[in-house]
Amino acid sequence: MTATEMRATSLPEESSTREMTYLEAISDALREEMRRDETVICFGQDIGAFGGAFKVTDGFFEEFGAERVIDAPLAENAIIGAATGAAIEGLRPVCEMQFADFISCGFDQLVNVAAKLHYRQGVAVPIVVRLPSGGGFSGGPFHSQNPEAWFLQAPGLKVVAPAFAADAKGLMASAIRDPNPVCYLEHKGLYRNIRGEVPEGEHTVPLGEARVVREGEEASVIAYGSSVHLALEAAEALGEDVEVLDLRSLCPLDTDSILATARKTGKVLVAHEATRSCGVGAEVAAIVTENAFENLDAPVRRLTAPDVPIPFSPPLEQSVLPQLDDMKEALRELLAY
Amino acid sequence: MKRSDDAVASEGARERARDDLRRLAGHNGEHSRRGDHTVGNGATAEHGTTAEQTSGGDLLDREDRANLLLYMATMRAAEERGLTLYRQGKVPGSFYDGCGQEAISVGAAYALAPTDRMCILHRDLGAHFVRGVTPDRYLANYMGRAGGVTGGKDGNMHFGDRGLGCVGMVSMLPDMALVATGMAMAFKVRHEPRVAMTFFGEGSTANGQWHEAMNLAGVQRLPVVFILENNQFAYSTPNDLEFAVDPVERAHTYGFPGVTVDGNDVEAVFESAQAAVDRARAGDGPTLIECRTMRMHGHGAHDDMSYVPPEMFEEWSQRDPIDLYSSRLVSDLGFGPEDVDRIRAEAAATVDEAAAKALESPMPDPEIATDGVFAERWEALGDGKAPWSRWTGEHNGNGRTET
Repeated sequence: MTATEMRATSLPEESSTREMTYLEAISDALREEMRRDETVICFGQDIGAFGGAFKVTDGFFEEFGAERVIDAPLAENAIIGAATGAAIEGLRPVCEMQFADFISCGFDQLVNVAAKLHYRQGVAVPIVVRLPSGGGFSGGPFHSQNPEAWFLQAPGLKVVAPAFAADAKGLMASAIRDPNPVCYLEHKGLYRNIRGEVPEGEHTVPLGEARVVREGEEASVIAYGSSVHLALEAAEALGEDVEVLDLRSLCPLDTDSILATARKTGKVLVAHEATRSCGVGAEVAAIVTENAFENLDAPVRRLTAPDVPIPFSPPLEQSVLPQLDDMKEALRELLAY
Repeated sequence: MKRSDDAVASEGARERARDDLRRLAGHNGEHSRRGDHTVGNGATAEHGTTAEQTSGGDLLDREDRANLLLYMATMRAAEERGLTLYRQGKVPGSFYDGCGQEAISVGAAYALAPTDRMCILHRDLGAHFVRGVTPDRYLANYMGRAGGVTGGKDGNMHFGDRGLGCVGMVSMLPDMALVATGMAMAFKVRHEPRVAMTFFGEGSTANGQWHEAMNLAGVQRLPVVFILENNQFAYSTPNDLEFAVDPVERAHTYGFPGVTVDGNDVEAVFESAQAAVDRARAGDGPTLIECRTMRMHGHGAHDDMSYVPPEMFEEWSQRDPIDLYSSRLVSDLGFGPEDVDRIRAEAAATVDEAAAKALESPMPDPEIATDGVFAERWEALGDGKAPWSRWTGEHNGNGRTET
C-alpha cells in the first residue's frame, strides 16, 4: 500500500478492516448486502455457477442459490428491463454487464424505462448496473470504453466510479440501498492492481460526495476512477504541492468540493480516461469557470482520451489512453502557467 | 436475516396474493379451462377462434357480463370525448385511441386478481378502467392537466396508476414486455401466486426486445401473460410486410403455448386470458394470446388511414365488438334490449361527468417541471380493482359504480 493510498483510506478508528483488492471489495459489498437484505439479487450473464467473467460473484451461487444469483440469457435489454420490473415489485437487482461497452445493447431499457419512471409516474426503480469499464489491456474498441458521459445525459440515472477498494465497497452498498437506478463503473484496470484496507461488515459511502485524497496548495487535479491513481503518482513523482480530488460520484456531482479545491489552488486540471468532448471534464470545467472564474490563476485544463474509439494494438492504445507521463506533463504545464 | 423496510412493506401484498390463491384453488374444479389451449395453431380461422368455441360459460355471471359491456362502452365513449377535445384544441400533441379494440383490453384485464400487475398500452384504455382508473383522470391526462394520472409529466396514453398496480408504457415498443416479465420474475423469486400481464401490437413483434422478453419468460417459466393485439397495421405497415410467419406461431419455439382468439369477442378474450392467468398462477409459465382485430381509427388523430383498403374497413365495420356483444347479450344471454341501452347510457353519462371534471382540473404549476427526477424511497405499488365475480368479496365491490 502506498503512502497516498494510506492517506486516501480514512476509516473510522473503531471499525476492523481487512486488506483486499478493489475486485474483492466489490464482491464483499455484494455479499454483505445479499446477507443483510433478502430482496437483493444478482442478475447477469455467466454470473451463476461460473461466478462471472471477472469472478466478482464467485461463490455466490453456492451461498445464495439460483433464485438470487440468476444467470441471464445473452440479452442486455432483457437484463435491464426485467430488473426494472423486478425492482418495481420490491427486489433490489444488481445487474452485471459483462463489459461496460455492452450497455449499448441495454440502453433503451436503461434510459427510456428505468431512468424516467419516477419522474413520469412516481415509480421508483432501485437497480444497480455494474459496468466493468476502462482500457489498458488490448480489449479493443468494444471491451475498453468508459461510457459514463452517456448516462449523464439521461436524467434519472445516478452514476458512481470508485477509485479505491474501500470506496468500491461503500459505494456499492449505497448504490444498492438507493431507490434509483445507479450505474456503477468499476474500472477493470483497478480490479487486481489496487489493494487497500476495507472495513469489514457494513460500510457505506454516500452518493454525491467527493473526497480530497491528497492535500495541496499549488494546483488541483479533479479526477475519478483510474485517473485518480495517475494523478497521485504524478504528484508524488514531481514532488509538487498538488491537491487531488476524487469525485467518486459523477451524478450527483459534488459541486461544493469541486469549487472548494478550485478556489483553494486557483489552478485546475480535470482528468479522466473517457473521451474528451462533452465529457465529465467539460462539465467540471464549466462549473469551475461559471462559479470560480475570479479565483482562477490559469485556464482549466483537461487530460482525457482523444475523441477516437479505443484501438487494439498496444502502442496505439497507449497513445490514446492518458499515461503517467501525460499526467506529469499536464501538471508541469499547469503549475508553470 | 434482517429485512429492508421495503421488503416488510411488500409483505402485505404477498399475503393478499396467497389469499387469492387459496380462493382460486376453491374454484378450480369448476373453472379450470387449462386444457382448452391450442398451441401455435397456424390453421386458425380468419378471425380466430369464435365466441361459441370459447364461451365465458359458467365463469361469468350476469353482473360480470353487464360489467364487460359497461367497460367497453365507457372506453368507447371516453375516447370519442377525448377525440372531440382534441379537435377543440384542448389536447396538446396528438390523440391515440383503441376504437374497435375495446374487447381486448377489457376482456383480458377482467381476468386479473387484485394483486396481479399490468403494463397497459395505448390501445388498451379499457384495462385502466377495469383496474380502477376513472375517465376524468384519463381525459385530464390527455389535456396535460394537474388532475391527469401523471399530473402533466407525461401525456396521452403514457400513464399507469401506481396505486392500482399498473406501470405505464413508454413510446418504445415493446419495452413493457420486459418490464412485465421482470415483475413476474419477482413473483417467482418470492414464490408468490401472482401474475403480470402486458399488451403489445403485432408491429412490436418485429423488434428484438420482443424476442428477449419471450425468451426470458420461457427460459425462466415466468408467470406472465402476453396479449398480442393484431390490429392489422403497424401505423401504415400491413401484416405481410411485418412478418413472414404469424407471431403466435413463435410461442411454442419459446417453450410456451400460443393461442389465437377473436379479438372482437370480449368473452373469447376473457376466456383465453383467464386460462392463461390460471396457468401462470399455477406455476406453468407464460402464454401468448393473439387477439385478431382491426384498428378502426388512424394510428393517431393525425392519420387519415388512406392506406387501408375500403373493403377491409367495411368488413371489420360489421364486427364492432360493442355491437356484437350487445346483440349477443340480448339474443343468447338473457338481457333485454332495455338492459343494454341502460348500460350504454350509463357509460355515456359517466363520461359526460368525467369530461366536465377533467375540464375543471387546472394546468400543472410550472414549478413542478423539475421535481421528481429522483426517488427518495421505494414504495410498493397498490393493488388494482378486480371486478370479476371470482374476486368479489372482501377485496372489491363489483367495480361498476366506480367506473
